[in-house]
Amino acid sequence: MAIKLPIFMDYHSTTPVDPRVLEEMLPYFTEKFGNAASRSHSFGWTAEEAVDRARERIAKLINASSEKEIIFTSGATESNNVALKGVAEFYKEKGDHIITSVIEHKAVLDTCKRLEKDGFRVTYLPVDKEGLVDPDDVRKAITDKTILVSIMLANNEIGTVQPIAEIGKITRERGVLFHSDAVQGVGKVPFDVQAMNVDLASITAHKMYGPKGVGALYVRRSKPRVRLVAQMDGGGHERGMRSGTLNVPGIVGFGKAAEIMAQEGKEESARILALRERLREKIMGSLEEVHLNGSLVHRLPGNLNVSFNFVEGEAMMMAIKDVAVSSGSACTSASLEPSYVLRALGVGDELAHSSIRFGLGRYNTEEEVDYVADLVIQKVKHLRDMSPLYEMYKEGIDLKSVQWVAH
Amino acid sequence: MAYSEKVIDHAENPRNVGTLDKDDPNVGTGLVGAPACGDVMRLQIKVNDDGIIEDAKFKTFGCGSAIASSSLATEWIKGKKLEEAEAIRNVDIVNELNLPPVKIHCSVLAEDAIKSAIADYRAKQAARQAAKANAQ
Repeated sequence: MAIKLPIFMDYHSTTPVDPRVLEEMLPYFTEKFGNAASRSHSFGWTAEEAVDRARERIAKLINASSEKEIIFTSGATESNNVALKGVAEFYKEKGDHIITSVIEHKAVLDTCKRLEKDGFRVTYLPVDKEGLVDPDDVRKAITDKTILVSIMLANNEIGTVQPIAEIGKITRERGVLFHSDAVQGVGKVPFDVQAMNVDLASITAHKMYGPKGVGALYVRRSKPRVRLVAQMDGGGHERGMRSGTLNVPGIVGFGKAAEIMAQEGKEESARILALRERLREKIMGSLEEVHLNGSLVHRLPGNLNVSFNFVEGEAMMMAIKDVAVSSGSACTSASLEPSYVLRALGVGDELAHSSIRFGLGRYNTEEEVDYVADLVIQKVKHLRDMSPLYEMYKEGIDLKSVQWVAH
Repeated sequence: MAYSEKVIDHAENPRNVGTLDKDDPNVGTGLVGAPACGDVMRLQIKVNDDGIIEDAKFKTFGCGSAIASSSLATEWIKGKKLEEAEAIRNVDIVNELNLPPVKIHCSVLAEDAIKSAIADYRAKQAARQAAKANAQ
């Protein structure tokens, strides 16, 4: 079969809507267009029923004990904002300390920075060279003023999966609330809010083959009952935690996407992991000086983040322009700073500039993996042939001993 | 980011990639940038007895715009007198390649690489002259 270009291998950024999801959404744009908050007629009831069915499906995916624990939002950024700011505001009499990690998504880190400006204290836990948080560090960081720990399930750049169950055990023992930004991991790696003692969790539809613009926040209702202050004022929707008319078609799609994940996620993850390993083994088996960023074991099945030494990431992306990937290179960011996640792992700036993230997902095929592996190998060789660093490396010059003229 | 057609052309078909013998007295080598900053350019010139750059080669570690800037620089300086090559400014490269503001540093690096290669050539020549004078 001929390969269809371009190839999408950037499933951490977003995913296409599964046709089964779209099909279920469509009636809710047209004939079933009611406002789920309309309590007095059948249009509203139809919408509300659909929303509640979605709530149940999403609750089931993360093993929440009740569908009432699912609060719909506009996406994970909002979920993270509501979780952190809402909890901080509600529990500020109890304490002013929050614990998170240095490799969280910006939606968590920047929210923490805002809270610091508002007088809260935040501890940013380091990670080891594989990107893992040590649960013991969480234990040590907790004080009698700690109100919340926020640690992500899986990292969006390097795919590292955190020891959520171990951390949850500690926060539960110490009576501290535990939030997890579970956006990248839900449905792909085990995530069970009851077994793992998670009190709040952020998820989003568009990372699991649902539509963009709809997310959810899991808020535990018992043992403990989590309270938070709404960050948007209005009609008091979503148990008063998030006002605003519900995006019914989006929520219906989110529910269907969650149902598919619950049914097929495990099998799908095994298939995607095999593709990821095929890609990794081909590339690393054919090229020297390719470094894996993150943990090989505690890793999202679809994530491959590698640094091709002596080749700059953006140039690499340009060379494989028919393959959609992402890079931690500064040149791909507006800030001109290389990835803060890779820096936190202790990856040197030169290797951070050389990193490429492949994100595999539902619609990738073995043929695509083989095509991409061959293309990558060919292009890395080509770019190394024009890299002064590679030439110096081949001459045996220690690049670290060179006096570079930084600019 | 969308690249200009010229950047894409130079990045995909770079001119004058290669290495000249850095020990040749007629070759000047400029190595600028730093791996930690994400770009390193090495630009080499071979100068004939009339002071004309008869050959130029480059190798670049960097983004597409950095590769394009150095590729264009070698193309421009070939056949030029040293003084003419020295007069090339980074803005000329920016204009030719339509570099966006975020990529201007790539053109600065290319200008630095030209100057650095010329300076290396002149230093070599001066050392040679001095050695000759000493021998006499």
